[in-house]
Amino acid sequence: MSLATIDVSQHILGKNEALAKELRDLYAKHGICVVNLLSGPGAGKTSTILATIEALKDSYHIAVIEGDIASDVDAQKVKEHGAQAVQINTGGLCHLEGAMIKRATEILDLNQTDLIIIENVGNLVCTVDFDLGESFKAMILSVPEGHDKPLKYPGIFQARNVILLNKIDTLPVFDFDTDAFYREIDDLNPNAQIFPISATKHDGMDAWITYLTQRIEEARSVALSE
Amino acid sequence: MHEYSIVQGILDAVIPSAQQANANRVLAVRLRIGDMTEVVTESLMFLWDIACEERGELVEGAELVVEEVKPRSACVVCGTEFEHDRLHVRCPKCGSAQTLLLQGRELEITAIDVDV
Repeated sequence: MSLATIDVSQHILGKNEALAKELRDLYAKHGICVVNLLSGPGAGKTSTILATIEALKDSYHIAVIEGDIASDVDAQKVKEHGAQAVQINTGGLCHLEGAMIKRATEILDLNQTDLIIIENVGNLVCTVDFDLGESFKAMILSVPEGHDKPLKYPGIFQARNVILLNKIDTLPVFDFDTDAFYREIDDLNPNAQIFPISATKHDGMDAWITYLTQRIEEARSVALSE
Repeated sequence: MHEYSIVQGILDAVIPSAQQANANRVLAVRLRIGDMTEVVTESLMFLWDIACEERGELVEGAELVVEEVKPRSACVVCGTEFEHDRLHVRCPKCGSAQTLLLQGRELEITAIDVDV
């Protein structure tokens, strides 16, 4: 018996990182913009997606990958709004991983897709460390959840450049300190862009849609130039 | 409980490395985990023994050694390097938001100790 130390120097999620890279290359080749949408349960991911589809469906082909622990209610809603939808049931797993996205992507017609929105499992913690090959991550916080969420769950408010503050139509009835929220984000992710919206009332959607359109066009032009 | 996926990821990397080195047994696995990731060390430890047992003799009883890495950034504007917590990433000297995270987001297996 003898002891040895082997140098490994590997990312713990190396397998997932490799898959994410593969997916990112595939999306780039097809000029597809991919949004990994994160939030807690009930912040309004699905209604934001539906409002986004509504605004963009005449200009772009949109697909949605729905991650839920169970059921396909969200995928049904998305299909009714005229987008492609693939449902992933994680069966208890609290986040989506690259392998699941790869299987879902194989079902989609990538030549007929400009935008993929991945609706991650509703969770403020576990989804953070898993790269899904997305172009960017967007995080939704809703007013009823409270302005102090960034202090309690800093990870999800960091490392992503877009934060959607949803349900702003409910500001008059909730004790949500907007200034404090902006201050917290400025401390922990000063480069984040914040879009205040009400997805169901269609308030503030224009700025978000303009931003998203820019990102879709960027993805397209990169593919065309290659 | 995404630590389960993390633990499986560690074992997926460790087992082939150990086999390649013709190890009889993995004694310890060394990790570096940044404070800005969402990994809870206690939860990793709890799942580790169970997962190792499932994977068989090669890794059974292996110790998990975790080095936690404090976040550190560099200011692109004034060049200051500074340690910080999870909630404050602006440069403490000039207040700039243009900072680069130097460390703190590690999810790394650095080495394994084996019996060969």
